[in-house]
Amino acid sequence: MADAPAIPLADPAETLRRAQQGKGYWRRVWKRLRQDKVTLAMAAVLVFLLIMVIFAPWFTTHDPYDGSVLRRLKPVGYPGYWLGTDEVGRDLWSRMVYGGRLSLLAGVMPVFFALLIGGFLGVLAGYAGGLINSAIMRLTDVLYAFPSILLAIAITGILGSGLQNTILALSAAFIPPIIRISESVSAQACHLDFVEAARASGSGTLMIMRYHILNNVLGPILVYATSLISIGIILAAGLSFLGLGVTPPNAEWGLMLNNLRQALWVDPVIAALPGVMIFITSMCFNLLSDGLRQAMDVRL
Amino acid sequence: MTALDLTAMRVARASNPAPLLRVDRLTKHFPLRGGILNRAKPVVQAVDGVSFEVRAGETLGIVGESGCGKSTTARLLMHLVRLDSGKIVFDGDEVGVAHGLSRRDLHRQMQMVFQDSYASLNPRLPVALSIAFGPLVHGATKSGARVRAMDLLQAVGLDPMQFANRYPHELSGGQRQRINIARALALEPRLVILDEAVSALDKSIEAQVLNLLVDLKSQFDLTYVFISHDLNVVRFMSDRVMVMYLGKVVELGPVDRIYRDPRHPYTKALLSAMPSMDPRRRATEAPLSGDPPNPINPPSGCRFRTRCAFAESVCERVPPVLELGADGRSVACHMLVAGSGHSRAAVV
Amino acid sequence: MWAYTLRRLLYAVPILLGVSMLVFALIHLAPGDVVDLLVPPEVPKEIADSLRARLALDQPLYIQYLAWLARLLVGDLGISFFTSRPVSEELFGALGNTLMLALPAAVLGFALGVALGALAAFNRGTALDRLFSATAITGVSLPHYWVGIVLVAIFAVILNALPAQGMGAGGFPTDWEHIRHLILPVITLSLIPMGVISRLVRANVLEILSHEFVGTLHAKGLLNRRVLYHVMKNAAPSALALMGLQFGYLLGGSILVETVFNWPGSGGLMNLAIFRRDIPVLSATILVLATIFVIINILVDVLQALIDPRMRR
Repeated sequence: MADAPAIPLADPAETLRRAQQGKGYWRRVWKRLRQDKVTLAMAAVLVFLLIMVIFAPWFTTHDPYDGSVLRRLKPVGYPGYWLGTDEVGRDLWSRMVYGGRLSLLAGVMPVFFALLIGGFLGVLAGYAGGLINSAIMRLTDVLYAFPSILLAIAITGILGSGLQNTILALSAAFIPPIIRISESVSAQACHLDFVEAARASGSGTLMIMRYHILNNVLGPILVYATSLISIGIILAAGLSFLGLGVTPPNAEWGLMLNNLRQALWVDPVIAALPGVMIFITSMCFNLLSDGLRQAMDVRL
Repeated sequence: MTALDLTAMRVARASNPAPLLRVDRLTKHFPLRGGILNRAKPVVQAVDGVSFEVRAGETLGIVGESGCGKSTTARLLMHLVRLDSGKIVFDGDEVGVAHGLSRRDLHRQMQMVFQDSYASLNPRLPVALSIAFGPLVHGATKSGARVRAMDLLQAVGLDPMQFANRYPHELSGGQRQRINIARALALEPRLVILDEAVSALDKSIEAQVLNLLVDLKSQFDLTYVFISHDLNVVRFMSDRVMVMYLGKVVELGPVDRIYRDPRHPYTKALLSAMPSMDPRRRATEAPLSGDPPNPINPPSGCRFRTRCAFAESVCERVPPVLELGADGRSVACHMLVAGSGHSRAAVV
Repeated sequence: MWAYTLRRLLYAVPILLGVSMLVFALIHLAPGDVVDLLVPPEVPKEIADSLRARLALDQPLYIQYLAWLARLLVGDLGISFFTSRPVSEELFGALGNTLMLALPAAVLGFALGVALGALAAFNRGTALDRLFSATAITGVSLPHYWVGIVLVAIFAVILNALPAQGMGAGGFPTDWEHIRHLILPVITLSLIPMGVISRLVRANVLEILSHEFVGTLHAKGLLNRRVLYHVMKNAAPSALALMGLQFGYLLGGSILVETVFNWPGSGGLMNLAIFRRDIPVLSATILVLATIFVIINILVDVLQALIDPRMRR
């Protein structure tokens, strides 16, 4: 995963120029988003995916755990099982839909946690400076010494597999880049005049962070975090692919890819199918994050 | 000094009430990066031994060229920058010491309006919230702070119904500066520092805002420190004026007297550079010679000597002291101190 | 310059200490008794006892950590839980195999990345550029291990043209038979660096073009040699830095591709260790890979400081 690039804040003069009729910053962002067709389409796809995954029983006809040796590895188009069956005879379509639950959970939750923890620590480090900054950034550097997947493997490989550890591991992998970007934007923000004016009213650190820093740095941090979701989905599936993530007999896209590897020689199409879901979901989140970035005027 | 002079001084002091703000030998040096080759790290001597007083109810103007230390002085007063040495005493309480005034309490008494009206407002907050932030910090309730913000909007001439929920980018420069003034007043300070507060405004707007400031001063019984490089504006606003050069005070006194009869060579030069409508007062030659020296390595002795037409060897050796004269005017120049050794000084 | 290098090296020491502490902490947080994780059960008693003494397993934690650290520093990476052989034996052979994949993948990925990025930048706004953007976003969304599987499906299963897994005879590739085994894994591994580098190069080249040659921008596709040379020279430093980092990722993050192709590299070793729950091998491999990554990071920083003096703070 590439290093977090330096994010400049939206230039105040430019923001002034692009000011529209609308009132606040977020309302303008929302307006711009509504006009972006691609992003709207992606959002729609994701919402549909989410509905399908949550209300899985309505979209599938078979039990994802119900396998039968007689039905092993039936090809696409087999009557009753439109995407075929997997290596123990379970309906592939059901498993893909149900698998979406765990795959999405394992991909999105880490970003959420990383945003909460990393965002707070990073903004604090950026604003407070000095010793607090050094302490937080040095800890971040230790975590940064690992390529993200290696860190995730270290945690799940040693502590054990399963959904909980996967979320823990990926959160640990995502916290450092979020700390870095939060610290960078926050450090830039604290030099702005209005922050000095806020200090001149005798305010303490926490109140300034809450009223003046947070609302100015949230934009870039949020954009970066959403771009991490697509990576999270790929990594979570990757961990399951290695046997470190979700455990069998649960359905999860990466785990399915792994289980179907031997099936590659029998039916290559079936074996590759779960990856399509990973790809589509990741792509949707990527395009969504790009659209969000454009709407927020943040230059990455 | 004769006995007559002493008596005159005592009389002068007795008629003056205790100052609201007393600043004693304020010093701030900014260290610069580098200095690997030289042993000593270069420093910018932004403010060096500045002392003055501000009396309750007056407006003290501070003038000087860019880089003279006016803005740094303002930030030192507001404790936005930590001082290297010196004392600040507000209404008898020293700031920053154990039994004196804390920084937080100081900010309830003394506030500042900044120059850049746009940059000093959080673009993500509606202006009413920017104004209400100060009271919120000091314990006001949300509704109480909002009511105060509305009242202040009214006081600075903006209709609260229209302006409370606007964002800074939706306002003009003059309106924004009114918001900044409202914000400064939100904590009910006694002293307001105006750091080039009108410098960035168009002339017509500037006049409106200045008049507003004058009204507010009498309405809320305020004391002003008015910093500007615009000599005309300073004359209009101030009772007394302080002239700074390269981190030091060179002249201080009632504004009309200084403008009519400047004593320090630098003040003379500054004032003669003011464009005038009077054809008899046209400047025919450049009042100042030489380049403004480097604040990193200021000249020894009197800092102005490199551009002064009257500089002599004593100016190079001895830094002049700001002497309080009998008429309430202070000047820091060897020419005006008897017995200093300057050829133009009186002999004791 | 040397002061900077020294500072950078010195700074790496606490980082590496932190890394070792992290791994140590993970081992001790793992479910189950530490002893069961580190000392193989079938080993004869004397060896088990000596191992226990060397690991100081009966002592307080900080002594255990110091003992472990001391052994690491002399190169003793522990005994494999599964094979009861020293970890270092297997690890360095495996690293060599990973290098055999990582180097060609790096070369391929960087070369293509630079070429594609520059091409897209010079042809800005045309259909070619938009194709590039579409490919770039697709590339970032593709799980590369899945691409590996797809490639195997196409070339090995359906077309039967290339081998699906394994290294072949092992050792340095000397003939076509060897190289056949390399092709698919190298291509798969090169995808991510190619994507990342091409995006950076495109952004950098565009920025340089907008600075200096505002008028010449309209002369699309005019690959004037002098223009090209100037642009590349200016885009080089940050591109090189990123390449260094990507190479580090290739070495440390190859496990997924190696799993797909059953490649016996460091990733494959880790995979086996995970499967067998061989903690000594796993932890030692992670430590070594992280150390290599840190060293590569230092090299990249120093090289960047060499090229661009502004970096030397």
